[in-house]
Amino acid sequence: MTTQTETPSSSAVTSIEVEAVDRALIDASTRAPVMFFYTTALTWLFAATVFGVIASLKMHAPEFLGGWPALTYGRIWPAFTNTLVYGWGCPAAIGTSIWLMARLCRVALRSPAALIIGGIFWNIGVTVGVISILSGNMRPFELLEFPRSAAILLFIAYSLVSVWGLIMFNKRRSGHIYITTWYLLGAFFWFPWLYGAANVMIGHTHGAAQAGIAAWYMQGLLGLFFTSVGLGAVYYLIPKVLGRPIHSYYLASLGFWTQALFAGWTGMTRLTGGPVPAWMPTVSIAATIMMLIPLVTVTVNHVLTMYGRYDMVYYSPTIRFTIFGAFAWSLSIFAAIITSLRSVDRLTHFTQFSAGQFQLIVYAFFTMVMFGSMYYIVPRLVGCEWLSATFIRVHFWGAAYGMGLVILMLFIGGAAQGDAWLDPQLSPALVIGYFQPYMIARTIGWLLIVLAHLIFFLHFLAMLFRLGQPSGEPTLFAAIEEGGDHV
Amino acid sequence: MKQFPVIFGGVFATFALSFIGLAMVPQLQIGNLQPFVDEDAGDIYPINAGGQAAQGRKVYIAEGCVACHSQQVRDEQMGADLARGWGDYKFPRRTVARDYIYDQPVLLGSMRTGPDLTNIGSRQSNPMWHYLHLYSPRYVTPGSIMPPFRFLFEKRKITGQRPDDALDLTGVEAPEAGYAIVPKPEAKALVAYLLSLDHSHALKEAGEAEPAAAAQPATSK
Ligand code: HEC
Repeated sequence: MTTQTETPSSSAVTSIEVEAVDRALIDASTRAPVMFFYTTALTWLFAATVFGVIASLKMHAPEFLGGWPALTYGRIWPAFTNTLVYGWGCPAAIGTSIWLMARLCRVALRSPAALIIGGIFWNIGVTVGVISILSGNMRPFELLEFPRSAAILLFIAYSLVSVWGLIMFNKRRSGHIYITTWYLLGAFFWFPWLYGAANVMIGHTHGAAQAGIAAWYMQGLLGLFFTSVGLGAVYYLIPKVLGRPIHSYYLASLGFWTQALFAGWTGMTRLTGGPVPAWMPTVSIAATIMMLIPLVTVTVNHVLTMYGRYDMVYYSPTIRFTIFGAFAWSLSIFAAIITSLRSVDRLTHFTQFSAGQFQLIVYAFFTMVMFGSMYYIVPRLVGCEWLSATFIRVHFWGAAYGMGLVILMLFIGGAAQGDAWLDPQLSPALVIGYFQPYMIARTIGWLLIVLAHLIFFLHFLAMLFRLGQPSGEPTLFAAIEEGGDHV
Repeated sequence: MKQFPVIFGGVFATFALSFIGLAMVPQLQIGNLQPFVDEDAGDIYPINAGGQAAQGRKVYIAEGCVACHSQQVRDEQMGADLARGWGDYKFPRRTVARDYIYDQPVLLGSMRTGPDLTNIGSRQSNPMWHYLHLYSPRYVTPGSIMPPFRFLFEKRKITGQRPDDALDLTGVEAPEAGYAIVPKPEAKALVAYLLSLDHSHALKEAGEAEPAAAAQPATSK
């Protein structure tokens, strides 16, 4: 492990012009698959937004659209989480990983058509899965609801992506392996294992141990897969846009290894107090507390890399979204550590607080980083710049305030709900009264998110049809007075 | 270049450890638990409920009841589950792995928008209460946010005798004269399943509590 500091492209040996041409060729080779994954991902994000609004409404207005079996809370909630994760999250992650991998390995992507076929498989899988959930053909495990047929398609499609990623890695022309590549290699490797093993084992086990597998999967997906792709992108984008190296390469690798070591062990906090041997949650609580190490190292690294350049948040869309996501990640780990303690778990377990933690990772962290990546990557693929800084601004504030409100309401509402359940004198109907006001406020947050996503979707479509501004200067919120080149 | 084996080996090893530790070892420990058998008393627990209750279990999964209801009872340290009577009144206790040996898939749940249902069959054993509640939760519990499952019922014209299983609805929910709301087979199966949810049996590993320890029920009527 080296301790030197460097930017993603520091191993360049060629002259600047050759490098620029080279980079354009590499970008061009990834255009079709990356844009395919991004376009389908955003389409699903839109579906997820609609499901999210309906699910949110159902928490305080159960009679709304009450006659539709497919839209009752028990089906619309898993439809929401699954479209958010498998419809939007994974394809966005795949698109970003392919592009980053090609850039970092400095090789053109070969046979991009195979990845598009993988993408088609993936999307058929998600479509089958979501329709199955809405029609009641689902498994009762969070994020493993898709029936086997859909799960097989997802597994094949992602494995294809992994293989292509590893081929690029194998043919790499750069000597040093940058931290982002480590994270991406981890993701390529962890997802098929997690998803394959969890699906097979769920089908062949029974009883309480089955819940252990589901918890192990859920936490692995969030803590290893999404975290890897998200943090990998952050480590690439921030130094790139700022034009300065990450603060400490040593801290970055320490963060990576401790994450890899502990995150996989944290899952059983979902079963604290449950009908499993007591050592299982105990081990996971210990592992969650150890997550303090990646929490501190990664956060300190981001803070110090940004140090003195926080004004870039004001100019660069990429930086604004990415740094928001990066700090949301830190907050999510902090929340995970606090709620893993038995004395807090008592209050927050089984409440909307956990739904808030889920959305903190998947949305406030991962999705925001993906938006940041798209603002950086898409212009380089389609050859024109984003149309309007105002659109980006509305997107950011809608998403940030909207999801901020949603998560805050889930946290406060969840704590109120937990507190009410702890009082045995309160009847269930009274318990509902304690958290319902927050659920109404949550729906307002969702409406802001709808607006943000609508704007971004249209903006993205304009880029897809090359209606953006002619190439040249990146679209910024305001002209930069000094410094900062690639934005 | 030398980094590759380190990264790959590390990524593999760290993950393999958690996989073995959290996914495989528990299988060995609790994957093959046997029911509790007391030969002398002819007492076996748990029993593998089949038939209509097993069908109802599928309805429970298909309607996503797990999104709002847990089926696991925690001990006193971890909350008010026992005080609320969720651990039942006859043998108030937390649940343990042995309670779930016949559950495929297991329905522990992770959310309590509504009450825990581990012992709902023992706590609320009146099928008509369940029918009414599923048909219109607010009819039974004003202020409930449980979704109405009206599509599990059908409106039938009364010809001759009023059907035995017709819902006793009054007021706005009542159907027009000459008609009755009756449960479809799915609703019947679901209620059979809910009534089968009864884990009121002492188990050594769950640490038997005094039967009188539970407080008065605070659940809906
Ligand atoms: C949106 C969340 C939600 C969903 C989905 C849901 N419930 Fe409920 N359930 C509640 C709430 C809240 C209560 C408490 C208020 C009440 O009694 O209606 C409740 C109460 C109950 C009760 C009474 C428990 C008691 O101790 O009095 C039963 C039985 C029940 N639900 C069964 C079901 C079944 C069966 C399903 C699936 C078909 C289901 N619920 C789906 C929220 C939900």
